[in-house]
Amino acid sequence: MRARIESIVLPLLVGVLVVALWSASVRWTGTKVFPSPLQVVRGLGELWRRGLLLPYLGDSLVRVAVGYGAAVALGVPLGLWLGWSRNLATAVNPVIQLLRPISPIAWIPVAIVLFGIGNLAPIFLVFLGALFPIVVTTQNGVGAVPPMYLRAARNFGLSSGQMVRRVLLPAALPQILSGLRIALGIAWLVVVAAEMIAVDSGLGYLIIDARNAGKRYDLVVAGMLLIGATGLVLDFAARRCERLRALRWGFRAD
Amino acid sequence: MRTRKLLLSLSGVAALVALWSLGVALHRTTILPGPFKVLAGVVDLARRGLLVRHVVASLFRVTWGYVLAVVVGIPVGLCLGWWRRAHRAVDPFLQILRPISPLAWIPISILWFGVGDRAAVFIIFLGAVLPIIVSATNAVAAVPSVHLRAARNFGLSSREVLVRVIFPSVLPQLIVGMRLALGVAWLVVVAAEMIAVSSGLGFLIVDARNAGNRYDLVVAGMVLIGVIGLCLDAGMRRLERA
Amino acid sequence: MVAAAAPTAAPVKIGLRGVQMRYGAVEVLRDVSLDVREGELVCLLGPSGCGKSTLLNIVGGFLEPSGGEVRIDGEPVRGPDPRRIFVFQERGVFPWLTVEGNIAFGLSKLAAAERAQIVAHYVELVGLEGFERAFPDELSGGMKQRVEVARALAVKPDVLYLDEPFGALDSITRLQMRSELLRILQAEKKTILFVTHDIDESVQLADRVVVMSTRPATVRRIVEIDLAHPRDLSSRRYLELRDSILEEIGLAHKI
Repeated sequence: MRARIESIVLPLLVGVLVVALWSASVRWTGTKVFPSPLQVVRGLGELWRRGLLLPYLGDSLVRVAVGYGAAVALGVPLGLWLGWSRNLATAVNPVIQLLRPISPIAWIPVAIVLFGIGNLAPIFLVFLGALFPIVVTTQNGVGAVPPMYLRAARNFGLSSGQMVRRVLLPAALPQILSGLRIALGIAWLVVVAAEMIAVDSGLGYLIIDARNAGKRYDLVVAGMLLIGATGLVLDFAARRCERLRALRWGFRAD
Repeated sequence: MRTRKLLLSLSGVAALVALWSLGVALHRTTILPGPFKVLAGVVDLARRGLLVRHVVASLFRVTWGYVLAVVVGIPVGLCLGWWRRAHRAVDPFLQILRPISPLAWIPISILWFGVGDRAAVFIIFLGAVLPIIVSATNAVAAVPSVHLRAARNFGLSSREVLVRVIFPSVLPQLIVGMRLALGVAWLVVVAAEMIAVSSGLGFLIVDARNAGNRYDLVVAGMVLIGVIGLCLDAGMRRLERA
Repeated sequence: MVAAAAPTAAPVKIGLRGVQMRYGAVEVLRDVSLDVREGELVCLLGPSGCGKSTLLNIVGGFLEPSGGEVRIDGEPVRGPDPRRIFVFQERGVFPWLTVEGNIAFGLSKLAAAERAQIVAHYVELVGLEGFERAFPDELSGGMKQRVEVARALAVKPDVLYLDEPFGALDSITRLQMRSELLRILQAEKKTILFVTHDIDESVQLADRVVVMSTRPATVRRIVEIDLAHPRDLSSRRYLELRDSILEEIGLAHKI
């Protein structure tokens, strides 16, 4: 009980401290450019009044939704298949290992050539960024299914297809969900970065534009806080989903 | 059996290269390069002495940012893991910072450090420090309390407990976190260089495109990034196993 | 043919002839021959790692022997089959299904009404009424074991293979589970092949105990347990039989 009170009160205290230090240092250094906390809040208000806040947020979210959705639709079945077929895995794993370290950011020039400036480029980058974690965690999840479950399924006379649907998928689901959550976090990071370079709307664009078009650092920081808060909400929602399923199965990591 | 595995692995990569060539051949634009042009591009860079220069520049920045992140992140993470109250106080802020891509810090970073190496290193530091803090915190929390009780039972001082029980216990998880952070650092350096400096692989990619649409060099840069990232990761995994 | 009343005249259900198993240079099983009659409960007894689980896997169709053959009802064994169900330790229960879901696992081809009826019957038989909707992580080890037995019985197999089913349970629960198992099997007579390393367990449960040697495992001796159920664990005959097995394995009577 005490812990719960503390987890609310202590951060609030630290928050107050941070804000105080922040305004103090802004005033103390006399900087004309770096915003004080008050200016950031006013900046948020301005974005709202100018009708930019929700549209930009919406744009970023939509891009994430489409790119991430595509990554899930392709990545989960691919991961399942790779986990199931040893031969396929041997052939495909090296390709994955080669492509994975190439950050989606490095793909940006290629994306721009392929799709131009517009929605498709960030969507493609989000898709790339989310695809690899999803495939890898799904594949690992399948590999971690105790062989005993598969033997029992064979014993009861299940066909391969039934085995995948009724045993492999449910058994691997907690791990798959965890990978999906991590991939969502990555998708959010990537969309912001992609928007800083390849489009003309969205939260990432807001940050770059606010700086370039007039050194509005109050808007820059406001944008950063929005990004952080949205990412947090996404992660929270994903954790809720994870806990829902996993708890229903009572699956504990052994 | 071994040769069969090898052949299978190679066939996958071969398929990728084939698909790439095909895609380029079919795609209308003449800008995107096929695999062979890219290879030629890499060789070209090597001959002009640029290959080494850019790779070294990128590695240099990664090293600085990464080492800073380790030096700051591990003690902070260990403290947060040990003193639950500190963790409760600070965690919400870490959680808000985490979804903010290091790249989003670029304007602030340029404001504070100007355009140049320091800004890039700062961005890398930001990217790498959070995974390290998180894994250090979790590692400390995961030390089995039975070990701590046994240590107390045998009369060890606090410092001895730290060195002889906690440190060996957290080391594996810590190293995994460090490997992930290195991956992030490498990811970020490329992006940071695209914007804030005048050397390095990220810069190469942007410059090659701007200064003449040399997409063969662009993709060559990407391939190099991938390969080096792979080597760094493999190196860390070796360390993990040790 | 008229079936005789005495079990020794029942037809041979499982026949093993010269079964061998080697992994590379290591010989795990050597020349195992055995007849298991219909309705018998036969125990394979031996220390851990001697190969008895391997033997059970071969009989169950999960492994192919390096030599020899296994026939069930005269037919050679070609693979796992729903007519012969393996019961593992309670870890084999699927954690994402409820008790009902687990028991119904092999019944997907039946109509819903019939399935529900069978599930209800077996839930009652293994004594888990009230826990139908519970998930395995809410159950104790003994209860999970019952779920697994119910799941196996629900598909009405001819043969059950039990591989150290009570190994993960504490010794008190083990005693309870043994009498539970006998009670359940009285209701539905099956041919049972049971692997254990527990001498008492074998004498308490089996009609015949096959004492196996250490690796390479082969049949040392087959002890006939001529005690009627329920067996008195303090009776002289029980102790005699147990001692004879102890001697066969070469263990002292005093610690």
